[in-house]
Amino acid sequence: MSAVVFARHAMTPAERLRDAGWVAFVGLILGIPLVGLTTVDVGGRLGVETRFGLLAAAIAAVFAGRLLLRWAIDQARERKQARDRASTATAADRAHGAQRVVNVLGWVALGASIALPIVFSDNRYVVDTATTVLIYVMLGWGLNVVVGLAGLLDLGYVAFYAVGAYSYALLSTQFGWSFWEALPVSGAMAATFGILLGYPILRLRGDYLAIVTLGFGEIIRIILVNWTEFSNGPNGISSIPRPSFFGLDFTRSAPEGSQTFSGFFGLEFSPMHRLIFLYYLILVLALLTHAFVSRLRKLPVGRAWEALREDEIACQAMGMNTTNIKLSAFAIGAMLGGFAGVFFAARQGFISPESFTFTESAIILAIVVLGGMGSQMGVVLAATLLVLIPEFGRNFAEYRMLLFGLAMVLIMVWRPGGLLAHREPTVRLNALGKTTTTGGTAR
Amino acid sequence: MMLKMEGVHAHYGHIHALRGIDVEVQVGEIVTLIGANGAGKSTLMMSLFGNPKASAGRIVFDGEDITRVHTHEIARRGIALVPEGRRIFPRMTVIENLQMGTAHADPANYAADTARVFAMFPILEERQAQRAGTLSGGEQQMLAIGRALMSRPKLLLLDEPSLGLAPIYIRRIFQIVKELNRDHGMTILLVEQNANQALRVADRGYVLQHGEITLAGTGAELLASPEVRAAYLEGGHA
Repeated sequence: MSAVVFARHAMTPAERLRDAGWVAFVGLILGIPLVGLTTVDVGGRLGVETRFGLLAAAIAAVFAGRLLLRWAIDQARERKQARDRASTATAADRAHGAQRVVNVLGWVALGASIALPIVFSDNRYVVDTATTVLIYVMLGWGLNVVVGLAGLLDLGYVAFYAVGAYSYALLSTQFGWSFWEALPVSGAMAATFGILLGYPILRLRGDYLAIVTLGFGEIIRIILVNWTEFSNGPNGISSIPRPSFFGLDFTRSAPEGSQTFSGFFGLEFSPMHRLIFLYYLILVLALLTHAFVSRLRKLPVGRAWEALREDEIACQAMGMNTTNIKLSAFAIGAMLGGFAGVFFAARQGFISPESFTFTESAIILAIVVLGGMGSQMGVVLAATLLVLIPEFGRNFAEYRMLLFGLAMVLIMVWRPGGLLAHREPTVRLNALGKTTTTGGTAR
Repeated sequence: MMLKMEGVHAHYGHIHALRGIDVEVQVGEIVTLIGANGAGKSTLMMSLFGNPKASAGRIVFDGEDITRVHTHEIARRGIALVPEGRRIFPRMTVIENLQMGTAHADPANYAADTARVFAMFPILEERQAQRAGTLSGGEQQMLAIGRALMSRPKLLLLDEPSLGLAPIYIRRIFQIVKELNRDHGMTILLVEQNANQALRVADRGYVLQHGEITLAGTGAELLASPEVRAAYLEGGHA
């Protein structure tokens, strides 16, 4: 057989014609039964009819398509080779340019996310989905501290999300705490669990660490399912109070002695107000998270996380206390997950262990890995993709998870280091060649 | 006395890697430790650093017993280790690597220390914004040494600095060891397989075999010793 499909070199026109001819021939063999012959109902009996015109058109299309495909592949390969030849000298320039593009992208994304609920103020679906995206962005940023920066593979991150959500749910339904009172306490609770998990596994690495964290995630979920007196078991906790806007509720009518949001501002009541408020709330929480993590990255503790990811032994040789570095990464990652959990509980108004399965951990981890470990902007892109793909996939019903998997495989094939794999140095050189530490701004 | 190890034993799991080691390093000396693969050279270096901790015996550094002190605490007391295989932080830039060396140092010294390291290794200044993983092996070794010097150590431990380097860099590394000692008064404990070069730069040396010190003496004595010649020099790499 001469029709080797994946030729390594560029083809001459004659080779391309022959290649396309072979493909068309295979198409013909397959096409005769599939396209050329068809069954028709002839007066109650089944007859066979031929459709050679259609077959000829199909074969012609295959032939032309193959020629075009071959040509396009060769073109792409040539361009890539040319690029590789030209690139070596300008690697640093390109990295710098890429960073600028990412920065611009960041501002555009920020502008778009602020404008979104104004543009789609009547569209409940869009605002709801965007809120979900932002929850995942926040979770991704939290896990990014543990996995992306400190390099500790955590497969049970959802446990902290659950701790945050249940802390708020219980504090508010049992003790009447408000959202803003419960937020820091729940975050601290999640951080405590982070340290509880971190302490026994300080000496573990890689696969072993992953397995223990996976187990931890399941333990939390199973406790929530089985300890009925505490968590109401699989039935979950319902009628969790919604956050208020500086004491103004988002209800049609206020109880005695307080006011509603719409009443206070003289607006007509609309259920969208609450959704938009929740959207902006998670946006603010996510931006605070981003500012916090970006700042940490430039402080000694953030550098230490990155150094730990690169080489633990070298860290010890530099006099760093790896125990504290690991625990701080676990605690801060867990705290951010806890905050996201509080918001989740407040938004849903109902939580149950169903929401905190391993699949959630896997999705959050996928967001961090697909985004490019350690990249803040990459997390945003990946979270958007991973939430939107299944949403768009709704039309494909049962195939949507297949689509989801395919998209993940494709991303990893094209961008094995993640969507934005470039790491921005925390120290820049100014024109004089003197070094300065970039601090100050959050971005 | 800078460093004194007395009857130090160490275990890796069930493996008894060090069996009663006595090593001394005086202030301002270059002391080398030679031996075959698996003799325990790196273990000795690491147990000095508290990882693994010595299971018996005593390690005294600068007049203080550090046998039971935590690894990171030992580093803070003024021992800097250039680990085997360099172990720079590959995804960080050269300058960031140097900064990591100052994790516990006084920030006021940062500018002066960076300048000193750059003066010693001009190539690092040229490449300071480059990711460390893109440097050549020899440059990475210089970076690893530079990073260790950033903390102003009293004692510098070099674990096989010539490992896997091109001959030109091997010569350069030994030259650096010599310069550090002569011009900056650095006390150095050097672990090497390249016995010939190591003994030439060293004031004194120890030969380690199966976790025990079998020979000790000045560099010149060991170079001339028939046992050392037979085991490490002739027929080996000269």
